[in-house]
Amino acid sequence: MNAPFAQSPASNEASRRQFIADTARTACGVGLLGLGIAVYARRAGALPALALRPPGALPEEDFLAACTRCGLCVRDCPYDMLHLAKMGEDLPMGTPYFYARKAGCEMCEDIPCVPACPTGALTHDLTDINNARMGLAVVSDEETCIAFLGLRCEICFNICPIRGEAITLERRHNKRTGKHALFIPTVHSDACTGCGKCEEACITEEASIRVLPNHLVQGKLQAHYRKGWEEKAKAGNSLVTPDAEHRYNLPEGVRYDHAGEGLIIEGANSAGASDNPVDILNRGVGSQ
Amino acid sequence: MSIKSLSEIGKDAIEAKGFVASYKWLILRRFSQVSILLLFLLGPLSGIWIIKGNLSSSLLLDTVPMTEPIVFFQMLAAGVTPMLDAVIGVAIVAVFYLVVGGRAYCSWVCPMNLITDAAHWLRETLGIRGGVRFHRNLRYWMLGMVLILSAVTGTMAYEMFNPVSIMHRGIIFGVGMAWSIALAIFLFDLLIARRGWCSHLCPMGGLYSLIGKYSPLRVRADGREACNDCMDCFAVCPEPQVIKPALKGAKQGIAPVILASECTNCGRCIDVCALRVFKFGTRFETGNKLLVKKGSMHQAC
Repeated sequence: MNAPFAQSPASNEASRRQFIADTARTACGVGLLGLGIAVYARRAGALPALALRPPGALPEEDFLAACTRCGLCVRDCPYDMLHLAKMGEDLPMGTPYFYARKAGCEMCEDIPCVPACPTGALTHDLTDINNARMGLAVVSDEETCIAFLGLRCEICFNICPIRGEAITLERRHNKRTGKHALFIPTVHSDACTGCGKCEEACITEEASIRVLPNHLVQGKLQAHYRKGWEEKAKAGNSLVTPDAEHRYNLPEGVRYDHAGEGLIIEGANSAGASDNPVDILNRGVGSQ
Repeated sequence: MSIKSLSEIGKDAIEAKGFVASYKWLILRRFSQVSILLLFLLGPLSGIWIIKGNLSSSLLLDTVPMTEPIVFFQMLAAGVTPMLDAVIGVAIVAVFYLVVGGRAYCSWVCPMNLITDAAHWLRETLGIRGGVRFHRNLRYWMLGMVLILSAVTGTMAYEMFNPVSIMHRGIIFGVGMAWSIALAIFLFDLLIARRGWCSHLCPMGGLYSLIGKYSPLRVRADGREACNDCMDCFAVCPEPQVIKPALKGAKQGIAPVILASECTNCGRCIDVCALRVFKFGTRFETGNKLLVKKGSMHQAC
């Protein structure tokens, strides 16, 4: 080697020792720093439950591998509801997020944030915003949701961008008054995109309906579960041997209807229909 | 190395060439750094979108994608197959710096350079000496660590920590606590290690060094015969070890061109030399090709 300026670590034993010591010191230092960053990144990389990712975001772990934190999705959002996590905020550094309570996703038909993503952290496979799954709405507090109190509200139902599909109103009996109905907002996971408009609009001081990441909300049946009635409908007939019809030992002219009619006494209603309620109560009795 | 006091460095150059010629490249560099920042800020501040995003990934004039190489390689290490936009983006950036010199990013673009240059200036002004000494290849160790970290965690773990991207993002998208990381780097360079961040630790500098290993645009010391050993160039250079072969290698047959890829092409040596030893040129321009070859062989060793 004719390089007079190159440091030549192996020129003698002392400098070889020095070289090895320096290398070991550097390796240890860098290794420790790396370990520190790894531990810090793991802790700081957890997304708070109420923070939502833009539409089309990959599952969180893949997202953190692919997102460059460039903010192009934020820039292309026409409603300025997406933000990049600032340093010091309780969110993975620099990644895009929104809080539904502050401003939900407006579900643009052309989804401008998705094609803006240069890496596919927001997957470009998402072309129909109705297929987005940013989270799942859940009526998180039945004690404060005023629909459960028997009051008419239905804000979440009416503001839902896929109205009537993601949230429906289920009628229930109002036990308190005994004569009114409750119109209970019910979320359907097959339609809810997690846009968060319901949480944003909820009229209670703290939202009673919230959008949370699907994995925090959704249960899962064991894989072997089959719903008998669905299987029956699929097969077109019962999959097990039908039960033998139950036979009652009833007097002649009397039979029992399992579908709800109950006891039927033939001929009781046809001949001699009376306006007298007592006759109706006594129908069939006298004829035996 | 600098026996002279700070105020004496470059005095000769100002006398010989005048103020403007003695600060030409520094002024141009600051202009470049600030205007790139302003260009990124123009969109959010005025709604005129020339460039969108930040240094990690951006879109120029709504058509040209650019992606930061260290982000790209972290993505690959984390096991992501990136989309075409990111691949084109990183290719554009890599080819650009392959031509103009990899670490031209460090001295002409990176916002952290403003901070570390300020820290260095204050360090010299206050006469702070000593501090931590690092392995000369530390930045490459750091680069290796960053990539291993991505592979092990399966995420861009270093981007949780990367002061350069945090600071630039902070300026463009809202500061938050990002000032604290800029302050940390400033204090580190001021008190703990001379030019510690940019010239030793930053793995981005390491990656850009590798990208610019064969870049044609180089600082040349064609006028080295005139050198009077005033040492001003060594005093101002952020990577002084790169100058010596080109400047003092005449006897060994080393070409008068700075080939070490750690050179940031900042041009301060050109500014500060009263005898006009240095100039920007290419690595090829010389009558004697053999010399260039020898020179590059030396660099490879």
